[in-house]
Amino acid sequence: MTTTTIAGHEVEVNEEGFLTKPEEWTEDLAPELAQLIGLQLGEEHWKLIRFLREDYAAQGETATLRRVSTQTGTPVKTLFTLFPGKPAKKMAYVSGLPKPKGCV
Amino acid sequence: MERTTKKLVVLGAGTAGTMIVNKLRRRLPREEWSITVVDKDDVHDYQPGYLFIPFGLNTPEQIRKTKRPFIHGGIDVVMGEIERVDTAAHEVRIAGGRILRYDQLVIATGTSPRPDQTEGTLGPQWHKEVGEFYTYEGALALHDQLDTFTGGRLVVHITELPIKCPVAPLEFTFLADDWLRRRGLRERTELVFVTPLDGAFTKPVASRTLGGLLEEKGITVEPDFMIERIDQERKVLVSFDEREVAYDQLVTIPLNMGADFVAASGLGDELNYVPVDKHTFLATGYDDVFALGDASNIPTSKAGSVAHFSVDVFVENFLEHVAGRPMTHRFDGHANCFVESGHGKALLLDFNYDTEPLTGTFPIPKVGPMKLLGESRANHLGKLAFRHIYWNALLPGRPLGLPAEMSMAGKNPA
Repeated sequence: MTTTTIAGHEVEVNEEGFLTKPEEWTEDLAPELAQLIGLQLGEEHWKLIRFLREDYAAQGETATLRRVSTQTGTPVKTLFTLFPGKPAKKMAYVSGLPKPKGCV
Repeated sequence: MERTTKKLVVLGAGTAGTMIVNKLRRRLPREEWSITVVDKDDVHDYQPGYLFIPFGLNTPEQIRKTKRPFIHGGIDVVMGEIERVDTAAHEVRIAGGRILRYDQLVIATGTSPRPDQTEGTLGPQWHKEVGEFYTYEGALALHDQLDTFTGGRLVVHITELPIKCPVAPLEFTFLADDWLRRRGLRERTELVFVTPLDGAFTKPVASRTLGGLLEEKGITVEPDFMIERIDQERKVLVSFDEREVAYDQLVTIPLNMGADFVAASGLGDELNYVPVDKHTFLATGYDDVFALGDASNIPTSKAGSVAHFSVDVFVENFLEHVAGRPMTHRFDGHANCFVESGHGKALLLDFNYDTEPLTGTFPIPKVGPMKLLGESRANHLGKLAFRHIYWNALLPGRPLGLPAEMSMAGKNPA
């Protein structure tokens, strides 16, 4: 665990750069986190980030790609366009949440 | 005062359901509780055996039996398709109009491969060039198909997690490597492992060990591959980010989903798994519905060992629950998986909700005979012997002497 400063906030991150304390995340962190993985956030990204935050608060774990897709009505293909390559991981990263488990 | 009999209804007579009814029949007085178990057919497969069928290492008759002989006396067996659970009316509706009332309900209808969920899977080459070994029919068809294989690209593919027995695709790959060598085909075959994960397995420590084995055996790994469709004409897998993997023989593990009636009853998540308390298996929002075995959403492997350990915890809790007392036993997510690695050897993984698979020995600290997270002959023999234990001790609900709770004795923390 290391501490780093993002958007003027001191946050704790793990070896992959994921925030380790979801409660340390605020909306102004998201654009900076996005930039670190080469993304510019638009309204469609924000819709998904807000869903992920709300769902995490309710469920206690990060939504899987399938859950994001079915719950928000966003085709998986679109998720791959918005968060290229590894959408589940990237969505969690920008939203300040742990990597989704979905797989044990 | 006249006492009315209460009704326990268990949906599914697979590994978990059979153990539950047999164990609870011994513990619940017959004048107080009736027990009914429902399933769609009378076939019970030893599912770990599916893995061995394509390579001729198990015969079909070793892994398929009828269900009824495994269900003890004093338990009503209903054969029929479950349509819906009406949780408000405390009723289960069976196809054909039969209705079963319950005081307590256990959902143990497992998870099933759903090739219909990925475009292009159920084409003309299904169970031929597009093979699978997660069903009895699929495993038999794959055996015949491999018999005609003369080399090329053999691709083993996982659609999405979670799947039943998450190590089985890796085991299949290791056994295929061994089988190809023995047939003199390994040099002419490119063996490819395609996974939506970023490595060989879901758990980091085990992923490193298993990834090392893949590399050692010259198996190519195609990670982070989320399939969109199978193109049977061009013989390629196409991912959502438009990567393609070509195959001559594909062995796919289709999306796994819980039973459709779970969704129709409003009891499931997006994959039809029943959300439950991961320590007690009580369905979220209910006090008369439990889900065990592969049917629940608990965050550990969907595997027979988990079903076995969780039934032990559940039985004690259930007796407390129906007596109106708080449930005092907590399941820790204990899973215990043999991983066939080919050449007559196997690894053994032992983990729970909080602890990664560890190295060490099992079941006796420092002695074994089985070695954790390392290849050994004893592990392989343990896996083969387990089929007999399953039919003769596990299903009848006899104690195996393996504690449900994971122990750290004899294990080396990573």
